Amino acid sequence: MPSRLDAERSEVVFEDYKGAYTPAQAVLEANRCIYCSDAPCVQACPTHIEIPEFIRKISTGNVKGAARTIFEANILGTSCARVCPVEVLCVGDCVYNELGVPPIQIGKLQRYATDAALAGGERFFEAGTESGKRVALIGGGPASLACAHELRRLGHRCTIFEKRAVLGGLNTTGIAPHKLKADTSVEEVDWILGIGGIDVRASVEVGKDVALEALEREHDAVFFGAGLGADTLMGIPGEELAGVEGAVAWIEKMKLGRVATGEVKRCVVVGGGNTAIDVVREARTLGIPEVTMVYRGTEPKMPGYAHEWKAALGQGVRAEWQTLPVAFEGDASGAGVKRVKCLRVDDAKRPIAGSEVTLEADLVLLAIGQSKLGELLASLAGIEIARGVVVTDAAGRTGRKKWFAGGDAKNGGKEVVNAAAEGMAAARAIHAFLAGVGNA
Amino acid sequence: MPDLSTNCAGIRSPNPFWLASAPPANSGAQIQRAFDAGWGGAVWKTLGQPIQNVSSRFGGTTIRGVQAAGFNNIELITDRSLETNFREIYDTKKKYPKHAVVVSLMVETRDEWRDIIKRSIDAGADGLELNFGCPHGMCERGMGSAVGQEPRVNQEITSWAVEYSTVPVLVKLTPNVSDIVPHGLAAKRGGAHGVSLINTIKSIISVDVDNFVLEPRVGSRSTNGGYCGAAVKPIALHMVASLARHKDFGIPISGIGGISNWRDAVEFMLLGSSSVQVCTEVMLRGYRVVGDMIEGLEEYMRTHGFETLDQLIGKAIPSYSEWGDLDLNYETVAKIDAKSCIGCQACVVACMDGAHQCIFPQKPGDEAHVVEGKPRVPWIDESECVGCNLCKIVCPVPGCIDMVAVENGFKPATWNQHVHEGAQLRPKKGAH
Repeated sequence: MPSRLDAERSEVVFEDYKGAYTPAQAVLEANRCIYCSDAPCVQACPTHIEIPEFIRKISTGNVKGAARTIFEANILGTSCARVCPVEVLCVGDCVYNELGVPPIQIGKLQRYATDAALAGGERFFEAGTESGKRVALIGGGPASLACAHELRRLGHRCTIFEKRAVLGGLNTTGIAPHKLKADTSVEEVDWILGIGGIDVRASVEVGKDVALEALEREHDAVFFGAGLGADTLMGIPGEELAGVEGAVAWIEKMKLGRVATGEVKRCVVVGGGNTAIDVVREARTLGIPEVTMVYRGTEPKMPGYAHEWKAALGQGVRAEWQTLPVAFEGDASGAGVKRVKCLRVDDAKRPIAGSEVTLEADLVLLAIGQSKLGELLASLAGIEIARGVVVTDAAGRTGRKKWFAGGDAKNGGKEVVNAAAEGMAAARAIHAFLAGVGNA
Repeated sequence: MPDLSTNCAGIRSPNPFWLASAPPANSGAQIQRAFDAGWGGAVWKTLGQPIQNVSSRFGGTTIRGVQAAGFNNIELITDRSLETNFREIYDTKKKYPKHAVVVSLMVETRDEWRDIIKRSIDAGADGLELNFGCPHGMCERGMGSAVGQEPRVNQEITSWAVEYSTVPVLVKLTPNVSDIVPHGLAAKRGGAHGVSLINTIKSIISVDVDNFVLEPRVGSRSTNGGYCGAAVKPIALHMVASLARHKDFGIPISGIGGISNWRDAVEFMLLGSSSVQVCTEVMLRGYRVVGDMIEGLEEYMRTHGFETLDQLIGKAIPSYSEWGDLDLNYETVAKIDAKSCIGCQACVVACMDGAHQCIFPQKPGDEAHVVEGKPRVPWIDESECVGCNLCKIVCPVPGCIDMVAVENGFKPATWNQHVHEGAQLRPKKGAH
């Protein structure tokens, strides 16, 4: 499948921000682990990987066993090792922080073990005895992949419906390439699908190419893991100008195809979340000389992670805090965006009259959020949709029989590891549901 | 300024740190560099009929990432000609008259002993060390530990050496015996001026699990070697102390076995060593480690008000008691300093699985307990704590767990006092 990716796509120039460990580095780091009891790092992981256990296995040379421990809890352990915000999850809760010494680099150790397993062609799991049940999964991202893999272990047939040509969801199309490139994501997808019995119907859009009702009729259960939709627009003048793009769309183009940045001198990124921080770093890495993040809030209150912003600053990114774009302007030639007209805002994010600022820009990327896709299920009675996300219980059950949900479509947009945890939990709920059906 | 000048069985050196007879003391050039680095003395690599060595020769045991915590070797005595060795001894002594150059010897017949002793002393040896300890190779030829394991042979050969020598004679003892005392006493009866111990412990360091061969591998096979390094220190301390406290022994000891730093050296001295010998730590880290050894010892002496080594040598021996004379009513319990606790709960699992099940993640019935703002400080049921030390040993934060003596109202009473005088013992703890 990697061969299907464009070998010259823009993301290939990116280098890993956190490099792979050599065996010597991995063993040295693994030996630092205290092997805590009821470890805080495990509690901090949404998938509850037995972290001290896999680290101990690395230290004893049982790297394959380490990978097995990781994948038991999280089949997306390969991508999570790279994309997890470990600084605020497992690593952030390492007891070494309390001691004031560098915490264990859990993400890098996890990458070491999982990379070795994939490179060695290791397989740890087999499909369960065929149950005769069929489950449809809408969306081919981390939530559906985790769900489908677990369902296969339990013996249920799965079909994944993905509107794109490639699977992996944001892992393939949206993660900053200094963390994870599309080819690694696609390799991981292939490895997960290697359990067998998961049919993939790519380039098929549910609700358009396949009716929801038909899906429900033909399957014993349905998992909705469609993720999020298109970039949110600002609804201000000039948004239609060439050079004003949604950040997620632009990132996808960069990861799967090519973005032209050679002529771009000044890039303005609107937003203060993690997508905004990713995209400013990407713009800098691709050689855009001046990259400015425009955020209506303050630096301490930005929703993006502080450790990521620090790295962005290290790449020479600038910021305009408490600043709100009000219009995009081109020049007379109409060639595209040239300026961003902004107003300063007060602490309540209200515009301050007479505070106009104009920023020069020949590329504007909007990273203010993505649309929610819950409304796709609006026609199905019993499914509650709140502010665009599908409402479920903790196990992922919706209010409608047969229907389950997880990942960004359910949580509104969290980490890959949350999607993996929710997909796994939903698989168990689906299994319980199917077992109940079988007994009836 | 504390005075480190050393006199071990009449062999004098500017400080108590000697290189043990081993690869770091193989040649004059090496020993002279060691003296320049600060070593007070050196025991020359054992002289005898030069041998042929194998390759490979050394093995290390790695424990939780600590490389060569234990070490072994299958190297034999000197493989260089005696003429070369004696010329270099002469040269070294001439350049370093104040440093101790002790020559280790291992030969078979009485004539050979007489000859090699004369040549050693002619070359300038300040003392001799009789190698009755080597547990591999040489013992197969009736030397080394083959001598050290037989008190009568030990005594006889020692008496020859003492007869022929005009300088002090140390007998290097093997630990590969069930009780070191008869062997130390045999050396004394033979007239030895002192003993040095321990030599290495018979060992197989590891097995190459892919090729089914012992390490260190010599082609398709290997042999047992001599175990040394930091891991053997407790065995060595016990043997040193066993001799030092024995009423009939009373001759000087040069302590050897896993000494890696000044603190180890102090421990050997407190148990009766008047000099200490180091090999493995130098093999792993180089001669430069002596700088910290000297400085650390000086600072230790300053802190404790010792002016000379005599004032500390043997100072801990009286504390070495029989089990039956230990106070059974002495009671300690573990206390956790919540301020320094990092919440790893290593103590919880250690106590639960390896000790007496008295440390818990939370106080039962008080699951929300937060100490010093920390939710993961374990709770100790002191009524069940037997004071075993395991929690303190596994705790990664020095000083976080302290064993605190408890006033329990019982007068001191030993097992012997209990059995013979009916002394009252406190109720047992943790014995359900």
